Amino acid sequence: MTGGRSERLLEIRGLCVDYGQGPAAVHAVTDADLVLDRGEVLGLAGESGSGKSTLVMAATRLLRPPGVITGGEVRLYPGDGSSVDLLEAGYSALRVLRWSQVSLVLQSAMNALNPVMTIRVQLTDALAAHLPNLSRKERHARAAELLAMVGISGDRLASYPHELSGGMRQRVMIAMALALRPQVVIMDEPTTALDVVTQREILEELKDLRDQFGFSILFITHDLSLLIEIADSIAVMYAGRLVERAPANALFRAPRHPYTLGLLSSFPPLHGPRVAMTGIPGSPPDLRMLPSGCVFHPRCRFAVDRCSVGAPPLETAGGDRVAACWRLHGDGPVPVPPELAVPEPDLAMRSMP
Amino acid sequence: MTLLAAPEQAPAVLEARGLTKHFAVHGTAAAGRRLLRRGRGLPAGPAPVVHAVDDVSLQLTPAHVTAVVGESGSGKSTLARLLARLVMPTSGELLLGGKPAPAGQRRRIDYAKTVQMVLQDPFASLNPVHDVHYHLSRPFRVHGLAKPGADLDDKIAAVLERVALTPADAFWHKYPHELSGGQRQRVAIARAIAVQPRVLLADEPVSMLDVSIRLGVLNLLGDLRDREHLAVLYITHDIASARYLADKIVVMYAGQVVESGPAVQVTDSPAHPYTQLLLSAAPDPERTTPVTLRGRGAPPSAVAPPSGCRFRTRCPHAMAICAEQVPPAFPAGPAHVSSCWLLDTSVPRRRSAASTGPAADGNGPAAGGDRTDLGEEK
Amino acid sequence: MAVGIGTELEAGGAPAPGVVPAGAAGGRRRALRLPRSPKILAGLGLLTFFVLLSIIGPFVAPYSPDQIFANSPVPLPPSAAHWLGTTNLQQDVFSQLLAGGGDMLLVSFLAGVLATALSVVVGVTAGYLGGWADELLSMLANIFLVMPALPLLVILFGFLGKTGSNDLFLVGLIISVTGWAWGARVLRAQTLSMRNRDYIDSARIIGERRWRIIFTEILPNLTPIVASSFLFTVLYAVGTYTAMAFLGLVNPDWNWGGMLFYAQGANAELTGYWWWFIPPGLAVALLGTSLVMLNFGIDEFINPRLRAAGLTRRAEGRGRSGSGRPGGQRPARVRRVRRSQQFALTPVIRTMGRAPAAVGSGSEVLP
Repeated sequence: MTGGRSERLLEIRGLCVDYGQGPAAVHAVTDADLVLDRGEVLGLAGESGSGKSTLVMAATRLLRPPGVITGGEVRLYPGDGSSVDLLEAGYSALRVLRWSQVSLVLQSAMNALNPVMTIRVQLTDALAAHLPNLSRKERHARAAELLAMVGISGDRLASYPHELSGGMRQRVMIAMALALRPQVVIMDEPTTALDVVTQREILEELKDLRDQFGFSILFITHDLSLLIEIADSIAVMYAGRLVERAPANALFRAPRHPYTLGLLSSFPPLHGPRVAMTGIPGSPPDLRMLPSGCVFHPRCRFAVDRCSVGAPPLETAGGDRVAACWRLHGDGPVPVPPELAVPEPDLAMRSMP
Repeated sequence: MTLLAAPEQAPAVLEARGLTKHFAVHGTAAAGRRLLRRGRGLPAGPAPVVHAVDDVSLQLTPAHVTAVVGESGSGKSTLARLLARLVMPTSGELLLGGKPAPAGQRRRIDYAKTVQMVLQDPFASLNPVHDVHYHLSRPFRVHGLAKPGADLDDKIAAVLERVALTPADAFWHKYPHELSGGQRQRVAIARAIAVQPRVLLADEPVSMLDVSIRLGVLNLLGDLRDREHLAVLYITHDIASARYLADKIVVMYAGQVVESGPAVQVTDSPAHPYTQLLLSAAPDPERTTPVTLRGRGAPPSAVAPPSGCRFRTRCPHAMAICAEQVPPAFPAGPAHVSSCWLLDTSVPRRRSAASTGPAADGNGPAAGGDRTDLGEEK
Repeated sequence: MAVGIGTELEAGGAPAPGVVPAGAAGGRRRALRLPRSPKILAGLGLLTFFVLLSIIGPFVAPYSPDQIFANSPVPLPPSAAHWLGTTNLQQDVFSQLLAGGGDMLLVSFLAGVLATALSVVVGVTAGYLGGWADELLSMLANIFLVMPALPLLVILFGFLGKTGSNDLFLVGLIISVTGWAWGARVLRAQTLSMRNRDYIDSARIIGERRWRIIFTEILPNLTPIVASSFLFTVLYAVGTYTAMAFLGLVNPDWNWGGMLFYAQGANAELTGYWWWFIPPGLAVALLGTSLVMLNFGIDEFINPRLRAAGLTRRAEGRGRSGSGRPGGQRPARVRRVRRSQQFALTPVIRTMGRAPAAVGSGSEVLP
């Protein structure tokens, strides 16, 4: 990404998150590095046990016990030249940052809305907490404005959550998340529980809002095919580790990590001749009993002896891409597998804005 | 309306004709309103019902996978339960091997020997207090297919191997919570095929599994179709996986079938506006142009569906006739039908535009799909 | 906000950590692992103590409960000869206390067993069959729920007379008549919710018969609730039996309710003879507490969230004290998190080097 977009907004370095402590602790996230630029849509893809939800909940200090952060750094750059380390910040500082700088939209919108309060009350609550100077009338006006922003008419303010459809409730959550014009909106599987048409509508609206307000989106999902369409760059996680990060189109056309390759071949295409596909044999590992060396090697068709000995570091794989795989460097007699060495797509080919 | 069968197909094992299921609405508000109307001497009107499935006809033939694609509320899960006889239809009939499926407890067990089902949630479909051996022994014992002891163990081992859970004795004594989602689903499939049924109904079998293991389970279903010649019904909301596995796709909307035909043809050349909407909304990394959704809004209320074609409230091509009459199934290609008035060739209109179907990227029907050009029935 | 670790671990290759269904019928190679929760251990310990007390009590009592020692009209305070003093008839309070547990426990457990059996039969049948059977059985349970228990018991015991109220079995039976309805309602509700579970539908699809589904699919899943209902009913029976004895409706010799009956008759609470009524009252209260703790422990076991909270506190405590860390490394920077702030912040606890993952251990129960 070039131009005004290259300004760093959120930086996560070496984040480690455990569940529990002592020798029986489960390492949910190990050494995660993520960079989110201003105005960027960063996708975080992974299956169950990958640690993607844990990563963002820990980064925003929202993870509940027994979750514990055991290492790393999370820096937010609000844009005035300063930076805040979220892991060192105190309760009051975080409280200010939350929602005004960083907001969150979670998967089950049905559960996030209080069933005994109207939409108006829930929206104005959030406003009242952060903008105490607004009068009640101003707050109500602002709430109506927020709903209009996501395409819901103001007369639904008086409705209760159960009177709205799933798609509308999720839109209300998005409106709440944007209430204070944050710089980062984190969305954890926001459309998974919705049907595919509503999902598409909401994503379109989200893109429009992003163009209008310029916030960045950290979009977490297991649906890699969706991410390729909507994200600028994608980070792939497996068993708590980041295994690859690349611009979306490059990831799709020229994956560098065997897991990414396998994941891409788990989504049957909508066009072209029907060919047999296999996905990835085996299943994601038990986080309490991780394989030695590279966590993916038992399921990897390119694995060699070295893969079971040491975990590969996240290294550059051309341009601003990174990947963690021993096979990418083709040392000695073992060449780089051709599937992992597809040439990068021409950047000009990418037509998505 | 029955489907146009390709000539080389074997006769259907399980056939549904005009299946309809309406659920009564238990609400005091509605009942109260009707009471008030009666009190005022007005006719109370029909009792409100949820139109879950309306007049659905389907054929399941051996060695074929039929996919039913639809969103939540389309009635696809109710259809599966009707075919499994977990619920009884309000009207319509079910034919097993050409003969009406009989009622009664004894016959129910016979039906269970021929028609089996795999449910969506692998965590809920196995009882947590029983181990794998117990779960797999039940179908054999209930239908008297094995004697307890070595015979039973052999048969259980055989069926575990069939679903690629080997070595069998490593899995026997495991409890469901000790298995992964994919393994549990395989145990559920093993339990279903233990009785050697002829029909396997799969209600969203992979929706709750991790992405990388879905294809393994889908390939297993395909393998069962090829080697055991099972008639498989695959219910899903993911049209891409339907295209991958199925021979025939049936698209459902608001309790009715709106389109059906060969899988590749339906996805490459969808004839019904709803199918076109689904395909344009589905994630597609190969897409080169941005998506234009034709037909916003939400599915209609199941209690009071729109008259005529139920999709007309969201359809960009809705005409007057759509509100008046339910469209029958019109041909849209070889073995491909769609219930849409746009395909009605009896009305004078540009034939080429109507019958060639829309472009593959689902950006709307072919040129000439403008409402006024097609003429309106007044 | 839900963390989702449960779904992340369970849904993948990992089995659901630490979940052990209690009382699983037909568990072949799996021993029944009771959770090591402090509540269950304390409750069980206390209950065992009382059971032992009732069994050996009469044999280790220094005197016979109705043995009269002197002729003073006033109860004597505790002394070397009489550890808990005497009653106004100069009987040894301590001996009476030791002798008082047996009948109580016998009747209460009997009532518990009978009532639970009845509630299981009525509740599960009503829940699964539905229709008119459900209507009928629910009406029956509702009638018994609505009937005021105490007046009914007074009347029934009045009918029994002196000889009847000495028969422990009959007393237990009558108490169970007033105690079964609540459990039946709970079990009916549980069965109703279970009836629509996928594994019940799967059993029907396989072709299982109805009665087999009830016994082999539904009942084993209800075991924790049945256990809890049983303990609750025993608790109810303890209270009721004590009340009946206190009111003089059942034979007051010798149980704790009876001691209270006599004490109240002599106005012990007004005149300050605390050694007469406090020990039996305390004994009843402690017995009740042990049952309640067991019940809480089972509740905690059934509801994973309660379990997580309890275990987390223990695990954090262990972590903070530095135990279990290999090589005796001391944490570089430990941030103490105040309990009130546990809702707000994920704690950050950095160590020198990360403790290596224990391969294949997974013994600690962590949700």
